[in-house]
Parts: sequence; C-alpha cells; structure tokens
Amino acid sequence: MFGFGILSGLVFLPLVGAAFILCLRGDDEATANNARWASLFTTIIVFLLSLVAWRQFDTASSAFQLVEEKGWLGGGLIYKLGVDGMSMPFVMLTTFLMPFAILASWESVTKRVKEYMIAFLVLETLMIGVFCALDLVLFYLFFEGGLIPMFLIIGVWGGKRRIYASFKFFLYTLVGSLLMLLAIMAMYGVAGTTDITVLLKTNFPVGMQKWLWLGFFASFAVKMPMWPVHTWLPDAHVEAPTAGSVILAAILLKMGGYGFIRFSLPMFPDASHYFAPLVWTLSIIAIIYTSLVALVQEDMKKLIAYSSVAHMGYVTMGLFAMTQQGVQGAIFQMISHGLVSGALFLCVGVVYDRMHTREIAAYGGLVQRMPLYAVAMLLFTLANVGLPGTSGFVGEFLTLLGVFNVNAWVSFFATFGVILSAAYALYLYRRIIFGVLDKPSLAAITDLSMREVALLLPLGLLTIYYGVHPGPILDASAASVELLVKNYDAALAAVKTAALSAH
Amino acid sequence: MTPFSFAVAHSLPEFVLAVGALVLLMLGVFRAKDGRDWIISELAIGLLGLAFVLLFFDLKSNAVVWGGSFVDDAFGRFMKGLALLGAIGALVLSLDFMRREKIDLFEFPVLVVIATLGMLMLISARDLIALYLGLELMSLALYVIAAFHRDNARASEAGLKYFALGALSSGMLLYGASLIYGFAGTVSFDGIAKALAGGTQSVGVIFGLVFMMAGLSFKMSIVPFHMWTPDVYEGAPTPVTTFFASAAKMAAVAITVRITNTAFPSITHQWQQIVVFTSILSMVVGAFAAIGQTNIKRLMAYSSIGHMGFAMVGLAAANEAGVRGVLMYMAIYLVMTLGAFAAILSMRVTGVYVENIGDLAGLARRNGVMAFFLAAIMLSLAGIPPLAGFWAKWFVFMPAVNAGLYPLTVLGVLASTVACFYYLRIVKIMYFDEPARPFDTASPAVSGVLAVSSLMVVLFSFWPGPITAAAAAAAKSLF
Repeated sequence: MFGFGILSGLVFLPLVGAAFILCLRGDDEATANNARWASLFTTIIVFLLSLVAWRQFDTASSAFQLVEEKGWLGGGLIYKLGVDGMSMPFVMLTTFLMPFAILASWESVTKRVKEYMIAFLVLETLMIGVFCALDLVLFYLFFEGGLIPMFLIIGVWGGKRRIYASFKFFLYTLVGSLLMLLAIMAMYGVAGTTDITVLLKTNFPVGMQKWLWLGFFASFAVKMPMWPVHTWLPDAHVEAPTAGSVILAAILLKMGGYGFIRFSLPMFPDASHYFAPLVWTLSIIAIIYTSLVALVQEDMKKLIAYSSVAHMGYVTMGLFAMTQQGVQGAIFQMISHGLVSGALFLCVGVVYDRMHTREIAAYGGLVQRMPLYAVAMLLFTLANVGLPGTSGFVGEFLTLLGVFNVNAWVSFFATFGVILSAAYALYLYRRIIFGVLDKPSLAAITDLSMREVALLLPLGLLTIYYGVHPGPILDASAASVELLVKNYDAALAAVKTAALSAH
Repeated sequence: MTPFSFAVAHSLPEFVLAVGALVLLMLGVFRAKDGRDWIISELAIGLLGLAFVLLFFDLKSNAVVWGGSFVDDAFGRFMKGLALLGAIGALVLSLDFMRREKIDLFEFPVLVVIATLGMLMLISARDLIALYLGLELMSLALYVIAAFHRDNARASEAGLKYFALGALSSGMLLYGASLIYGFAGTVSFDGIAKALAGGTQSVGVIFGLVFMMAGLSFKMSIVPFHMWTPDVYEGAPTPVTTFFASAAKMAAVAITVRITNTAFPSITHQWQQIVVFTSILSMVVGAFAAIGQTNIKRLMAYSSIGHMGFAMVGLAAANEAGVRGVLMYMAIYLVMTLGAFAAILSMRVTGVYVENIGDLAGLARRNGVMAFFLAAIMLSLAGIPPLAGFWAKWFVFMPAVNAGLYPLTVLGVLASTVACFYYLRIVKIMYFDEPARPFDTASPAVSGVLAVSSLMVVLFSFWPGPITAAAAAAAKSLF
C-alpha cells in the first residue's frame, strides 16, 4: 500500500491505533473501556498481520526478506526494513505478547488508561521497528526511542520508588547507547552508508573493530543486561506495572541479544573472537552470582528479575561460542525466556492484583485456595529451571553444548547455574504455594479468573509445545545462523592467513 | 568596483531593516499615544518577515559588495534566515507579555529590529571592521532591551551586568582584531588568510586569535565566558531572553564559523584546540550546573551553554561536514528554544508569570496538550531519538568522530547523558507529580509558537530533506 510493504504495516499499525485512542474524548469509565478495547484490537490485528508475514517468509533462505527501501535523509541514510531468520522470531514474539500485555492491564490499570494504552502501542511500534530495521540509524532511532514510552510507563503507573527506577532505567541505557552511537558514526565514516546489508559485507580494520565492538558492547551489555551493569533491571522490574515488566523481560532485554547477533558478531568477527573470553567470564559471573542473589530475595519480582539476568548469561555465553548450536540455542533461549519470564511476571501480577504486595513472606499455602494458579505457577517455574520437556531446557542445553565444543571450562561453570536456578525457583515456589494457609489476609483469596486463565493458558501450551518440538524456531533461524557462522569462520581464517604470511 | 544597484540588491534585507527601523521610530514618536506600542510590534514583525522573504526572493549567486566588506552567500542567507526567524518568534511572543507587564513601549520592537539589523551585518561581515560594526550595533541594542523593564530591579541588574561584561568582551575582541591587523597587515578575511598561508605563524597572530575567540565566546556564552548568561536570562523580560537565546546566538555562531574557516584556515590547528577545549568545558558546565536549578529560565540558560558546546563540536571538526552540522544544530536549536520559551510564557497563574520548575507539577493532568508539547521539546533538547534534537547531535558528532576527535566526542556524549537528567526531571515533574495550581489560558500567539515548534521537533524525522539540503548548500559556499 502506497509503496510500503507488510513490515511497514507492522511497524506503523500500532501508531494508527495510538492515534485513534488519542482522538477519544472524555475521562469516564466508558472512554477507558473504549481505549482498552481499541488497543486490544490493534495488537491482535498486528499479530494477525505478522502471521501473514510469517507465511510469506521463506525459512530455507538466509537472505533478508520482505525488504522495502525508501530514500530518507540524504547522504547515505535510508529507510529500509527487512527480516531474516534471526529477526523474524523476535518480531513474532513481540506481536504475540502484546495482546497479553494489554489484557494483563485490563483491571489493574485504572488511572489514565488512555495514556497508558497509547504508551504501549507506541512502544510496540518501536520494538517491531528495532527487529525490522535494516538501516543502522533507523535501528538506533527505534532502539533509543523505546526509552521514552517505557520511562513513562514505569514513572506514571509504577510502584513506590517508580521515579528512582525510571530515571535509573533511562540514564543507564542512554549512556551505553550513546557510546554505540559514536561507533555508528565511525562506521558511517568508513563505509559511507548505514545500510546494514552493506555493512555486513564491509571489512572493518582489525584495530578499529575492537573499539567499535566496545561501543556496541556498552549498549547491548546494558540492555541485556550483563553483570556488572545489570543493576537497573531489578529496580525497573520491581517498580514497573505488571505489563511493563512482561514487556521489559520478554522483549526489551532481547534487543541486546539481537544486537549482538545482528551487529557485533557478523560485523566485527575479529573483535568478537578477541573479546569472547571477556564475555564468557561476565556470563559465568552473571549466571552464578545473580542466581545466588536471587536466592535471598524477599520480593517476588526482584527474584524473577535476577533470574532473568542469569538466563541472559546463557544467551551471551552461547552467542560468543559462535557455533551453530550455541547461536541457535541462544536465539531459542531468548524466545523461550520471553514466554516463560513474561508468564512468570503475569503470575506475580495475579497475586499482586489481589493482595497488593509482592513480598514473598506475605504469602504461603496458596495451593489450598488457588489450585489452578498453583498448576500454572508450577509449570512456569519448572520451565524457568529448564526441566526437560519445557522450552527452557532446549535453550540451556543447546547453549551449553555449543560452548562445550569451544571451551569446556566455560560450560562446566555455567552448569552450576542450572542447579542454582532449581534452588531459587523451587524455594520460591515452596514459600508461596505450599505450606499451611495460616495468614488471615489470604483466607478469602480467589483462584484465577477466566481472563487470567485466558492469559496464562496459551503461554503454558507454547512452553510445553516448544519444549517437545523446538523445530519451528530452530528451523526458522537455521539458514541465517549457518551463514553467520560460516562468514565468521571465514573472516577469522582470513586474518590468520594474513598474520602467517606476514611472518 | 560593483555598481551601486548591484550592491544594494545583495544587501536588500539589511536596507529594508535599516530604513524600516527609522520609519517605525518616527511612527512611534509621532503617532503612538503616551509612548505605547500602538501597532509598532505588529509592523516590526511584518518588516522582519519582509526581510526574510527578500532574503530568499531571488536566490542570487554569491557576491562580495561594499568594498569587500560585505559578503552575500548561501551560508549567510541560511544563518540570516534563522536570525530573522528568531527575532520574529521573540516579537510574536512579546506581544501579550509586554502588554500584561505594562512595558509595551514602542521602542522595544524598534530596538529589536535594529539589533536584528546588526546581526545580519555581523553574519555577512567579511572584514574585521564590518565585524566590529555589526557586533556593536547588535550589542548596544541588546544592552538596552535587557534592562527594558527598568522599574524591575532584577531586569536593571541584568542589563547592567550584560553591559559591563559585554563591553569588556568587545574590548578583548577589538584588541585581538588590532593584533591581527598589525601582524597580517590587512583587515579583510581573505587577506588575512593569504597573509597567513605563507607558513610563518607569528605569535602575535595567535594572540590576536585567542582574544578574538574570547570576545566571540562571550557572545555565544561559551565557558569560560558564560558567567553573564544565567543572570541575564533570569533577570531580563522573558521575550527578551527568548531573543538573546535565539537570534543573538545565531549571529554569534555564524560569525565565529565564518571567521575561523575563511580567515584562519591555515592555522586551523591553533583555533581547533581552543574550540575543542571550550566546547568540552561548555558541555560539562552546562550539564552539571543546570541540575541544581529551580528557576526554569536559569535552567534554560545553562542548557543553552551546554548546547553551544555541542554546536562547537561540529566547528571543531574544521571541515565542510562539520560546518553543515553546526548549521543543522543551530536551525534545530532555534526551533527548540522558541518552543521552550513559548512554554515558559504560558506559565501564568492568576495573571502573574511564574518561573519555578515546580509550577509545572502535574501539568499532564491539567493541560495534557501543553505537557506533551513541552515534554517533546525537553526530550528533544536532551537529544533522544526520533526527535529533532537527536539529529542535531548526529550532524555535529559525526564529522567530529570522522575527524578523529575521540576524547571530545566521548566526553560530549557523557555530558549529554548528565544533561539528559535535568530535561527528564522536567518531564517527570509534569507527568509523575501531583498537580499544582492551574495555569491561565495562554494567548493564541504563544500557544501557536509552542505548537508549531513542538510539532516540527516531533515530525522532523519524517521529512528532514529540505533543511538538510539547505544546510549542505550553505556549508558548501563557505569552502
């Protein structure tokens, strides 16, 4: 339509919904309801449209598909969108989870509903844009623009320390991103364009690669987040409203991992090889240290936030192994973590909406009154632990396998994380679900409502489905990852040959 | 020698302003009652608009006229256009304010027109004499309007401070100019460039350069010559502050860019050091000093110090792309400044103008549209994409990165993160805090300026073509 393709539709449709909600007048309950329905419809239509895109997408090809290009700013900057096997799963994850985020805020958000829904729809535009952009500056625009709606979501609809958390979130991410921006400018200076497809074929000088890699690393490491720059995440998670936490954990964190796959690894192969031990070290520290930290948390959301940091450790570890299993495992782990952590935050939201506290000590024996909830929570807890048969297992196993082939010690230490994650997750489960229900405040607590079942059921089914049949995600990314690994090995070999012939 | 009519054609906007200012003065003296504004402000806006149209009426070839002291080129036209827009914006914002504060005297628009005339002459100056004449014409008018609210102690103090420090800086500039003339033997920019091209750089010229840069830095409010800025911004009537922050900055930056690139291209390395150093200082001081401010005009003063530092990042690159960056930066900064001051002029509680940041509390719930507009401008000033402020930074930082000025750029982005904190704080106060007293309805002119500039900032990413192309052409004409 108008010379724009389906990806532009995906990117800008949520904005149309936001504009529609903006036009709604009035402050009463009816308007709020209209805003809710309008945003739900918008996100569902976007999801359906993304299914159409998925049908058109050829998983056998490693090339960028559904590409569209327009002149934009002159001087090398273009408006270019496209997806390949490494970005398509993330687009699907985003469009799939957004209706859940809207539904999760159905009853819990009662003030300034219109603005809330607009913020979420704008955020969706920016998130889909990040995964579709094929121009580095366009990518940066979407990547960085996402800070504004998230800042408002945490700051306006968040908990008690929302202002501290929103500033920390914003400024932490901004510092990293600005260093990446400088690297982008330097790349533009070398290549004369910011077209990602061209940059992927550009050979940057080895010395320069290291600096560029560090610039990008500053941004993605904060976004992932990797130890030691993860401290914004627990605060942001704890203070954000439930749907904000879901989107933060399920999608925003994945932008860091996506950035590594899209830019750091293919564009700076020598630097990635050079810095891989650093990344592994940080990953192992993240896996072990944050798991231990999770063990002593007294706030449910904080515990899950720390467990997210640990799980992202597997992702970075697998990525920098640069083997087929490692990278594919990392992508799978990110998708799976998107589903599982999103669901876990929804589970926390369920009890929070009833009791208005996230303190673990305030609960206990919920299984007596909430059997359905206990089942759902058990499923997602076990998926978080990585029990075989759930999607969590596949990702952890593949990343460990991938890195084992390269460096056995790394996988040896990382495996401790599996044990520790079982410890903190089951300990959490025991404290809130089992035991006797002796707290008077819990005596009248009700089980899942129909809306909550509708929220958790699809996520639960997908978690099990991908656990026993991981094919769809792995197949989608296989061709692109294969090309990535091949080019990476070729680049390293070329440098090695050059070094040998120089002697 | 060029024929007289040719010379007039190339300086038509200046002529229109000069003659128009005198006519307005006469009109005011003979027709206005009790010295009141009558319709002089409206006529002045029309006059400035006419000058703006004449500027682009016939896109003439570049020409040097008036005995080589005046140059009409794309660079000059671009910056003159910005200065005129700034002046128009400031006058539009002043209409309502001056009347309410009962200082709506007809001298004000006349002085603004004369100051603008000085700016245009300054931007087109091609030798040291013309530079000084333009600068003084601009400055003398500015000294008067800074103290225009003469019954107000703060405004008088602002005017006096500005005058004393401004006179000092003019002296330094003049001293530098005389040193350069003494060692180069000419006042013409081209002549200086030729004289220096020989390769022998005398210490005298470097001394002169340093003094000139000090004088110009004062006008741009670059650290360490920024001390007057917060006091004058706070004390002067808000429309006057708007004029200082928008039009006056355009002229000062334009002449700095012109003189460094056309008169001293052969000692680039020397002035580059100065620019890098003062740029870093400005960005850092602008970022840190603004954090503690509670008065929004003072905050905007420190913000402008920081922004001038960012603009200088482009100049530090010392090439065509860098100059284009400065031009883009100034264009976008002009729009953001006008918008921000329009918002400040909308802050009126029961008939009294308020200036505390706290007065904005909960604005999102009292007046959602205004809060959105101001938030967009604040985030744009912070340089968050996809707003226009991001592109401003993109265009100045990119040439600097490519010129290898890594410490400057890294410190610059770190400073911009710090600066982001206080812009975010305003957004936080408007969106997160509980509502304070409601504002009175703003006049249509003020709301209009706020809406237009804010929408330009938000929508810039969708249609950036014309302005980038114009800036590129303007930068090209300088080299």
